[in-house]
Amino acid sequence: MILTAEIRTRLSPDFTLDVRFTAPPGITMLFGASGSGKTTLLRCLAGLHRPDAGRVTIGDRVVLDRTAGIDVAARERGLGYVFQHLALFPHMTVEHNLHYGLAHFHMSVRRERTREIAASFKIAHLLARKPGEISGGERQRVALARSLVTNPRLLLLDEPLSALDHVTKSRIIEDLRAWNAARGLPILYITHSHREVFALGEHVIALKGGRILAEGTPQEVLEMPAHEPLAQLAGFENFFDATVMTVRSSGGTMHCRLADSDAELEVPLARTTEGAAVRIAIRAGDILLAIEAPRGLSARNVLKGTLTSIQREGATMILMVQAGAPFEVHVTPDACESLSLVEGQPVWIVIKTRSCRIVSTGSAAQPL
Amino acid sequence: MASLDWSAIGLSLRLAAIVCTVLLVIGTPIAYWLTFSKWRWKFLVESVVALPLVLPPTVLGFYVLLAIGSRSPVGRAWEGWTGHGLAFTFEGLVLASLLYSLPFMVQPIGAAFARVDRSLIEASATLGASRVRTFFRVTVPLSVEGIITGIVLSFAHTLGEFGVVLMVGGNLPGTTRTVSIAIYDHVQAFQYDEAKATALFLLLFSFVILALVYSLTRKPWAVVPNA
Repeated sequence: MILTAEIRTRLSPDFTLDVRFTAPPGITMLFGASGSGKTTLLRCLAGLHRPDAGRVTIGDRVVLDRTAGIDVAARERGLGYVFQHLALFPHMTVEHNLHYGLAHFHMSVRRERTREIAASFKIAHLLARKPGEISGGERQRVALARSLVTNPRLLLLDEPLSALDHVTKSRIIEDLRAWNAARGLPILYITHSHREVFALGEHVIALKGGRILAEGTPQEVLEMPAHEPLAQLAGFENFFDATVMTVRSSGGTMHCRLADSDAELEVPLARTTEGAAVRIAIRAGDILLAIEAPRGLSARNVLKGTLTSIQREGATMILMVQAGAPFEVHVTPDACESLSLVEGQPVWIVIKTRSCRIVSTGSAAQPL
Repeated sequence: MASLDWSAIGLSLRLAAIVCTVLLVIGTPIAYWLTFSKWRWKFLVESVVALPLVLPPTVLGFYVLLAIGSRSPVGRAWEGWTGHGLAFTFEGLVLASLLYSLPFMVQPIGAAFARVDRSLIEASATLGASRVRTFFRVTVPLSVEGIITGIVLSFAHTLGEFGVVLMVGGNLPGTTRTVSIAIYDHVQAFQYDEAKATALFLLLFSFVILALVYSLTRKPWAVVPNA
């Protein structure tokens, strides 16, 4: 089964969702910040929101074609939808939630299908309970099972696992993959987390401002982000405007001077010329920190600076270092403690050449 | 101890039960429409439904009296059909009470419908359910408290109404003489013992009904958020 979609809908004077894509069997991640149009896209596919224009086919069935006047109602599209907050019916037991989509089947068929799906998603022991009486992870499993028990032709997941820890999440995804292995449904999975994109996706569509920014494998889309908005989504915390000083084609590198600073960085070669303006993106987790001048390193960029602030966010210490330009550096709390870091002390930051990504800006953007 | 005015009590209970039943049948679709309609002039209908909350009962009763009088089309049609007028009859009382108690049924039910999580209604649609099935399997069960509140309020409100009854029904024993009017009459005639007994009965009856309802609607299916 393959999903093809072409959707245009104006939600406000300054926001229009305008996308065209194909989703093959398997998981396709819809990746973007909040407000990028992910949920609206899913609602258009499900028939919960009528777009201004567009055409959607699931397999060989046309479920939406505004020019031809086709708009199949949500209840007749034959798809599974797992809502962000799951939308399990709180007044029904798990079993009755699973039965709900099977109303037109005989009771014996309902029981049989429910038994099968409950086994696949490991919720057979929960059938007599109500959604308020089971854990968050169990509820996610029930919601998935409820949307799949009807044998849909397309599965739409709106960040259903965002509240779960990694272990629980990956177990549920394993069960979903196992279930889908023989069926080959297209599964659209909304997320705003680049970790989830790497962990779950085979195919990624990155959305920004209602448009598709990039499409491909997670590596293609996230590892080499040529577009700055995507780089920000993908977890690049540091961006620097810089000027190309020297290009060393033979070494595959070039030297750039950061704007308003005399700090220089060696970065990978890009299609540009000396004197050109570029933008450099660096992940905060890719920068090493030293409290003494490091020697004998393979890394080419060592900058001396001052530690200006230390903040803790969960299991990450966020350090700001002024080294010609402000650098954000992430380290573990243990590392922070063993180095006895204090604000104001001199530090050195170490950045590998390959950790620096050239991202183009504005009209100079290169396709991925 | 003076005897209770059973005729008036019976009449009031019968009136309240009939009005309450009819209101449940016509008030629920109105509440549904007011909650889910996207019509831009909807607020006009909302205002009309809420009018009895702010109008003095005498004003409402006066207009109803005019509307059902033998000179109005409604009154003439009724007379042609049944052979007698609507004014100062039990049927006229029912009609006036329906209008008077309408917001007490519509508003709690509409508020309950509006509190039902929209994603549950959408989930029902994606699971193949029709609007009717969604209404009876999802919307109504999750609005039970509001529906019960609507029933109790409109019943109680009809039971205790005075001004409209006096305007439309007058004071005919066994036909339009409700409990509240009977009590008023007793007081006017200095029959304090009868007034006391009937008032006490109404007080206890109302309290028992309310206590029963509130004890039965203690959140039968609370969902633990993100447990």
